[in-house]
Amino acid sequence: MSNALHKSGKTLPGGLDVDRVRADFPILQRSIHGKPLVYLDNAASSQMPQPVIDRLVHYQTHEHANVHRGVHTLSQLATTEYENARHKAMNFLGAADAREIIFVRGTTEGINLVMHGYGRAFLKEGDEIILSAMEHHANIVPWQMLRDEKKIALRIIPMDDTGELLLDEYEKLFNARTKLVAITHVSNALGTINPVREMIATARQHGVPILLDGAQAAPHIPVNVQELDCDFYVFSGHKLCGPTGVGILYGKAALLEKMQPYQGGGDMILNVTFERTTYNEIPYKFEAGTPSIAAGIGLGSAIDYITGIGLERIAAHEHALLSYATDAVRDIKGLRIIGTARHKAAVLSFTLDDIHPHDIGTILDHQGIAVRAGHHCAQPVMQRFGVAATARASFAFYNTFEEVDALVEGIHTVQKVFA
Amino acid sequence: MDPRELYQEMILEHNKKPRNFGVIAQANRHAEGHNPVCGDHITLHLHLEGEQIQGISFEGHSCAICKASASMMTGQVKGKTVAEAETLIQEFRDMVTGKLDTKTQPHHLGRLTVLAGVSELPSRVKCAVLPWHTLHSAFAAQETASTEKEF
Ligand SMILES: Cc1ncc(COP(=O)(O)O)c(C=O)c1O
Repeated sequence: MSNALHKSGKTLPGGLDVDRVRADFPILQRSIHGKPLVYLDNAASSQMPQPVIDRLVHYQTHEHANVHRGVHTLSQLATTEYENARHKAMNFLGAADAREIIFVRGTTEGINLVMHGYGRAFLKEGDEIILSAMEHHANIVPWQMLRDEKKIALRIIPMDDTGELLLDEYEKLFNARTKLVAITHVSNALGTINPVREMIATARQHGVPILLDGAQAAPHIPVNVQELDCDFYVFSGHKLCGPTGVGILYGKAALLEKMQPYQGGGDMILNVTFERTTYNEIPYKFEAGTPSIAAGIGLGSAIDYITGIGLERIAAHEHALLSYATDAVRDIKGLRIIGTARHKAAVLSFTLDDIHPHDIGTILDHQGIAVRAGHHCAQPVMQRFGVAATARASFAFYNTFEEVDALVEGIHTVQKVFA
Repeated sequence: MDPRELYQEMILEHNKKPRNFGVIAQANRHAEGHNPVCGDHITLHLHLEGEQIQGISFEGHSCAICKASASMMTGQVKGKTVAEAETLIQEFRDMVTGKLDTKTQPHHLGRLTVLAGVSELPSRVKCAVLPWHTLHSAFAAQETASTEKEF
């Protein structure tokens, strides 16, 4: 697939019509500091298309009431729509049963739920959890809290200089005390797509459940939890063109049923007296209190939007953007790409001469280009590569080759300012 | 604002060749400043005699705004008293948070006004203030006898 063809604006058969897609995203029309917005911070949070915005407005305008609580029409309507969204998430992840789909606040809450519901309930002193060297803080800190509380040990899968996990080392970490594996599907700081199929198979051989942090994977590559055969899968709505405040935790029913509830309150109970409480069935056992109803319904709509375009087409376009960008920045003297794994999502993390990423971010921002600068909530990754921070451009399906050109020009401007 | 208005020659110059960078042997007060958002990390070494700042130096990794701010700050406060430095700290904070208009209001900031543009960039205010914040903690820090202290 030639980039020249892409750049000419023609769409290949079966390819993505980016102009049409962009027209769905009102925010992409705005300017920043007088320049057209070039939004390349999609790994932090993606933008929302009009159909999802409309869905939120429609819900609040016509359908809002509390869910699971009323016999009146609106409450039933809200409940139906909210449960529809759960079914959409189930289909999106290829899960077999809607009872395995838990609404959470986001990836962070999903992981904390598993830490509490599974880790606190079943892990004992001396047990071990395997994490990888490229985890987001959301998949490190909850396990450290558990470690300190239960006196368990965390074992870390190392990675090589390209940002690929060392699978031989991974295998060696298993022993009779290993009780859980929790790894990211795609690294937010490096872009690495981990070979999760193999890694799940290894965990299976040792009879150890495995959690995948799908925050950076679900929006970009097709996921099927049954085919993968993972035990837990988590992602956030706001990185998938949906609203903030909602995410999905998938868990195998047999595990969820054994686990202890996360929070106590309304909706998660069947019967309460002052003596004892009978917990509700899954998934409601894990959904205490009034949820983010609009956000949940909005996430359902975002899933419709994404699947309407098709994750294969999304992945192909983003991959073409990444290759084009990687080739383009290779010629920039003093630019070092952090994360050069063979299989990568559209994340381009880099350092530039000895210019601090924060300065890069500010100067790019003045050209309308939004990138992230910092440690990307993955300080161990920064330490591994011997940098304090990186600048990171992360692409979505609505980004164009012209925007990559703007980024490259922006980087040249940064160098000129610091020359 | 054009980025060049913020990244003025003087700022870039201090970033490239920071003054008072390193460790001074006579230092008897030390403080560390850290901005977790971007990873800026500096250490200040201060030689206080009574109320007088006899010497001051800094080291660490930081963005251009932070480094230039630290470099110019060390130049400005050397020889001053703690009270005079505290006034500068307050004035500098007020300048970069837009509370002090250095063009119309009295101040003692001198060349530090090249950093006034930071007030238009809320995300960078912390970078500029970090050295000043650290200076303030250094005044409050325990006196150390040895200069070999590891950081
Ligand atoms: C890999 C990864 N895990 C977890 C998270 C946390 O997601 P959230 O902040 O939506 O809970 C993020 C997003 O920042 C991420 O990229």
